[in-house]
Amino acid sequence: MKAWIAFWNILMKDMRNYYLKPPNITWGLIFPISWTLMFFLKSQTPGDVRDLLPGAMGMAVLFGTTSMLAVTITFERRSRSFERLLLAPVGTNLLMLAKTAGAILFGLFNAAAPVLLALFMTNLGGIAWLQVIAGVFLIAVTSTFLGLMIAVSVSEVFEAQTFSNFFRFPMVFLCGLFIPLQSLPSFLRPLSYLAPLTYGVDILKSAVNHNGHIPLAVSFAALLGFSLLLFAISAINVKRRWIY
Amino acid sequence: MEAMTSIYPSHQPPAELEQILRVEELVKKFGDFAAVDGVCFAVRPGEIFGFLGPNGAGKTTTINMLTGLAHITSGSVEVAGLPYPAGIKRAQAIIGIVPDESNLYEDLDGFDNLSFCAALYGLRKHEREARAAELLQLFGLTEAGKKPFKAYSKGMKRKLTIAAAIIHRPMILFLDEPTTGIDVASARQIRQLLVELNRRGTTIFLTTHYIEEAERLCHRIAFIVRGRIERIGTLAELMGQVQQENIVQFTLAEDVRPMLAALVAEFPGTEAEHLGGGALRIHSPQRVNLSPFMKFFERHGATVYEARVIQPSLEDVFVQVTGVAIQPMKSEEEGSKR
Repeated sequence: MKAWIAFWNILMKDMRNYYLKPPNITWGLIFPISWTLMFFLKSQTPGDVRDLLPGAMGMAVLFGTTSMLAVTITFERRSRSFERLLLAPVGTNLLMLAKTAGAILFGLFNAAAPVLLALFMTNLGGIAWLQVIAGVFLIAVTSTFLGLMIAVSVSEVFEAQTFSNFFRFPMVFLCGLFIPLQSLPSFLRPLSYLAPLTYGVDILKSAVNHNGHIPLAVSFAALLGFSLLLFAISAINVKRRWIY
Repeated sequence: MEAMTSIYPSHQPPAELEQILRVEELVKKFGDFAAVDGVCFAVRPGEIFGFLGPNGAGKTTTINMLTGLAHITSGSVEVAGLPYPAGIKRAQAIIGIVPDESNLYEDLDGFDNLSFCAALYGLRKHEREARAAELLQLFGLTEAGKKPFKAYSKGMKRKLTIAAAIIHRPMILFLDEPTTGIDVASARQIRQLLVELNRRGTTIFLTTHYIEEAERLCHRIAFIVRGRIERIGTLAELMGQVQQENIVQFTLAEDVRPMLAALVAEFPGTEAEHLGGGALRIHSPQRVNLSPFMKFFERHGATVYEARVIQPSLEDVFVQVTGVAIQPMKSEEEGSKR
């Protein structure tokens, strides 16, 4: 019970301190909206908008979560306030879950922006919304843990942002958003299956347009696997680098 | 400090506990370099234990290992009978830490910072809010409690950091340089608070650069040099080890130099050290009897303003053990400027 009081208060503190700050709310809306608008306005038909929706949601979540974690973790580490958490009688894993829970919620919020825009531009009937929510949630979890892994590996916010781009941009190009996986050169295709976003976008494609090509069970299992792996790497890094 | 009685109920560690902190052969290595090299000591419940040493001696590394911020390379640590590393999270519930830097959350106000720190120890809302308000009052920060931490002065930040460290009423409080870089009044207030906390049962583990602070506060002191404990004991025990000669200082109205040759001739076995003007120190392997000296000065027509026995200080012990000159206390610096 005491650990959960700590968990809840770390989450609430981060929400107030970072995620609910007006600049971050604005940024969390403006970024996915402008990105989505850019795609949607270029599309010719309402059907195109629907085709682009899974990718737009995936990108919004990926960029939103990784960027915010780079700030919340790295900044607190640099100001040494993160030490307060490490010195508290709370297990490291629960502590990291508390620090990432805010980013996961922020990711869900980011994903809502493209959906709201698409509502005005196309018919969203026939979408498997439960599957969308599950897919978005898992993309948010894996992206957050990817951001966590990056944030605990570097010392400065700018390093975290730069390092994030090494993962984010290749994932965006390889996940099937711009080029369908089947059309990728054969030497690149294995790489796309190493990117968690590929499975997340495929879950959303199958929920929105029923045109995913990876079996749903495989995609969910892959995202869960990536989440566990990234979290484990982060936990090892925290215990090795931060508790020196 | 009267208010402390209500918010900080006296809590004594279990009677059967002889040592609240036990450290044996503690080692911390970075590659081949041993920052802490076989440190052994024990702290008794209710003690103020000073941990002194020059920069880079291994003080902060030791504190980090004792509080769980650094892994132990080898050796053993027990806090209130809880062995590390298995018992570290349980031990963290009964220890409070004031790090060398005030590291609360810059954007949170004083009240929320305290309340948040209490939540990390599992305190419920009404309890943590009551304690936060009372601690703000105790530290004279009630008004500042609504301001963000980043708007605080250095002294206020230090006080709030200490308040955050005791909000869960720890059994043992670790303080790393608690008064470094703050104004004299705040430093004095913090020292008074530490004495009061200790009086009410909290064991205190203190590192400080200010040797007089340790001299005033600590029941026992350990000197760490290059990762090893060189001396450990009470003030009397430590000072007894350096008291190899007896020194008496005289201050005369007249210049003492014309009398020096006669003085040395009259008191064989003593050594006279002229400090300038009428100031003179007599060094002797035996205890110095003042009366023959007073008569000597009287015969030479000198007026004695002052005669005092110079006792060795903790500073002398520190310098002898570490070979490092020490920084004077802030209060002394300030005092000497006035």
